[in-house]
Amino acid sequence: MFDSAHTDEIRRLQDRIHGMQRTRLADRALPTSAALAELLPEGALAAGGSYVVEGSTALALELLREPSRAGAWCAVVGVPDLGVEAAAAAGIELERLVLVPQPGEQWFAVVSALLDAVAVVLVQPPARARVGEALAGRLAARLRQRGAVLVATRDWPRAQARLTVTESDWAGVGAGFGHLAARQVTVASSSPAWQGRTRSRRLWLPDATGAVSAVAARAADERPASARLRALG
Amino acid sequence: MGSPPRLLVLHVPDWAVRAQAREHRVPETEPVALVAAGVVTACTASARAQGVRLGMRQREAQGRCTGLRVERDDPAIASRAFEPVLSVLERALPGWHPLTPGTAAIRARGPARYYGGELAAARTVAGLVAGVRASGARVGVADGLFAAELAARGADGLRGSRGADAVRIVPAGGAGAFLAPLPVAVLGDAELASLLPRLGIRTLGAFTALTEADVAARFGPLGARLHALARGSDPRPATPRIPPRDIDAVIDFEPGASRVDEVAFGVRAACDDFVRALLGERLVCTALRVELRGENGELDERVWLHPRSFSPAEVVDRVRWQLQAAETLRSPVARVRVSPEAVDPVHVHETGLWGTGPDERVHSVLSRVQGMVGHRGVLTPQLSGGRRPSDRQTLVPWGDRSSVARQRSHPWPGVLPDPPPTTVYAVPRPLRVEDARGRPVTFDERGRVSAAPAVIVSQTGARRDLTAWAGPWPLEERWWDPQAARSAHRVQAVDASGCAWLLVLDGEGWWAEGRYD
Repeated sequence: MFDSAHTDEIRRLQDRIHGMQRTRLADRALPTSAALAELLPEGALAAGGSYVVEGSTALALELLREPSRAGAWCAVVGVPDLGVEAAAAAGIELERLVLVPQPGEQWFAVVSALLDAVAVVLVQPPARARVGEALAGRLAARLRQRGAVLVATRDWPRAQARLTVTESDWAGVGAGFGHLAARQVTVASSSPAWQGRTRSRRLWLPDATGAVSAVAARAADERPASARLRALG
Repeated sequence: MGSPPRLLVLHVPDWAVRAQAREHRVPETEPVALVAAGVVTACTASARAQGVRLGMRQREAQGRCTGLRVERDDPAIASRAFEPVLSVLERALPGWHPLTPGTAAIRARGPARYYGGELAAARTVAGLVAGVRASGARVGVADGLFAAELAARGADGLRGSRGADAVRIVPAGGAGAFLAPLPVAVLGDAELASLLPRLGIRTLGAFTALTEADVAARFGPLGARLHALARGSDPRPATPRIPPRDIDAVIDFEPGASRVDEVAFGVRAACDDFVRALLGERLVCTALRVELRGENGELDERVWLHPRSFSPAEVVDRVRWQLQAAETLRSPVARVRVSPEAVDPVHVHETGLWGTGPDERVHSVLSRVQGMVGHRGVLTPQLSGGRRPSDRQTLVPWGDRSSVARQRSHPWPGVLPDPPPTTVYAVPRPLRVEDARGRPVTFDERGRVSAAPAVIVSQTGARRDLTAWAGPWPLEERWWDPQAARSAHRVQAVDASGCAWLLVLDGEGWWAEGRYD
């Protein structure tokens, strides 16, 4: 096996390669929230990618935040009950947000039309609709061409990453006193790029100031040590 | 210096308020007042009879006249309503100069010669406009615009009710004598109107007794100009306006069209001509008024805005969207009228050599989506004021002017602390909230809870156990208005899966208003 000097050397070289790849990829990546960067392959929203966020509107809004702040337009399709105030509190620019709450049967045509002008589309496909490989493939071609990102709240074929809230703990509220103040969630992310492994992170969503950040104490990579070694070899 | 021209001025008293009352379908005999910045700017005769005066604060006016209907002063309505009056006048006598909505001037020499005397001309003019809902018009003839307008307004106190008294003719060369007894306030300058009486100068006659050089030295060029007006030498001529061309597109359907695509097809050629006629005038349309009239006479009208300018296809789209949304139409469409509500010179909206940037793309894409899901299907969100989450957000269709009724900057005591719910149900979901023993949770009049809420049961029967809750926060809104009064208790609760809910108990039961997911 490797001695430690070799291991350090390899790790250093890999970091350098990785760093160089990052700079090449960065121009095809969208600005991404720092708290979610570790949960996404390549550490950022890749232009032309599609992502799945399940079980939390706040988490989906967090994905929209940085592109919106950087001046891109965002659209929310098929979510009739979006809390606009929460979107504004999350840092999304309302002047560049468009809602299509009831697209009905035309939701797919609406999404593909919006991709011509909008950088990030958050879509909730209707409950009856089955999104097949063919449909997703057609949209993926448009996404790549426009450099846009799709965030779906239901299962989506060939998604770059799939983010799920597995635990959620509200702070500030007790048995009849206080008020909702802050929340810690555990977000699990799985991606085809990680060969079936999942990453999970503990996040404040939101913290007491309304911001989203990683929880400092328990920020550990939960991959086993042997897996880390295999990645090196 | 030449003598001032002899002018005839037509004045319709209270035009602004009468036009606005008609717009809101209120009889002109009702007490109505227009208010701008909290101050009454115009009122009807019946309001005046009950003590309402111009320049009065709105509160005081409402105190004097309890039945007073208050409207926001909108000069556009008065101007629009005056247009038919002007066109009737122009058909009889060319060369009118509109001064304000309700007031217009013309050189008196031509009409006087044609009708055989100034009195006959003035009476004819007053008679002309009586037919177009501008009854009670007053006419003044004098040297110079200032004196003629004052004569028409009846400023010398000879305010006649009807007939011959509605005409006031100041003989040629008599403007100075006519103006001399009038108070200095008619000069329309607030500073002089307050300063001159304190100097002992109460009438225009006393003001003109001062020498021109003294007035110019003390009050500057503005004072000198007002001094000249007071002497009766007003050099301003009546500048005839060029009547605007009628560009409206009017399409009649005989028999009435009952299908949307039928109407859309029928108006296409006319919309082409409409946009081309505007371009011929070097104008483009930025706001469009579409009127749809049914066979039974019902009218559906609205104004459509455009961030740049309407192309013919976009005009047709607006007609189609309005038809799809028209709720008042109960019979086939008999007539469509498309008129420009606002226009801009064409060069302002010319596209640049490399296009006009990304916003144009956004607009064309969103318009295309509106074509698929309807005008009200594409919304832009805005924050507004209120206590409930659904009141604190307003959704405006893309392309419409935003109209936030409740200002967010006002204090809203009783609003829940941050964070706001990420899901706000457009229609609150009914549910049941039960305590540990399965009894419904209620609050007494002092806000005490009957038992701690332990489980929420949705309409489908799904049960969620609660792990924590907070509240209640009582909400008493608009208790003075039985129609809009709302009284409720709000509770935040966290269920076993870690999802938090905003629950509301009102007279009809428990509702979920939002979710913190």
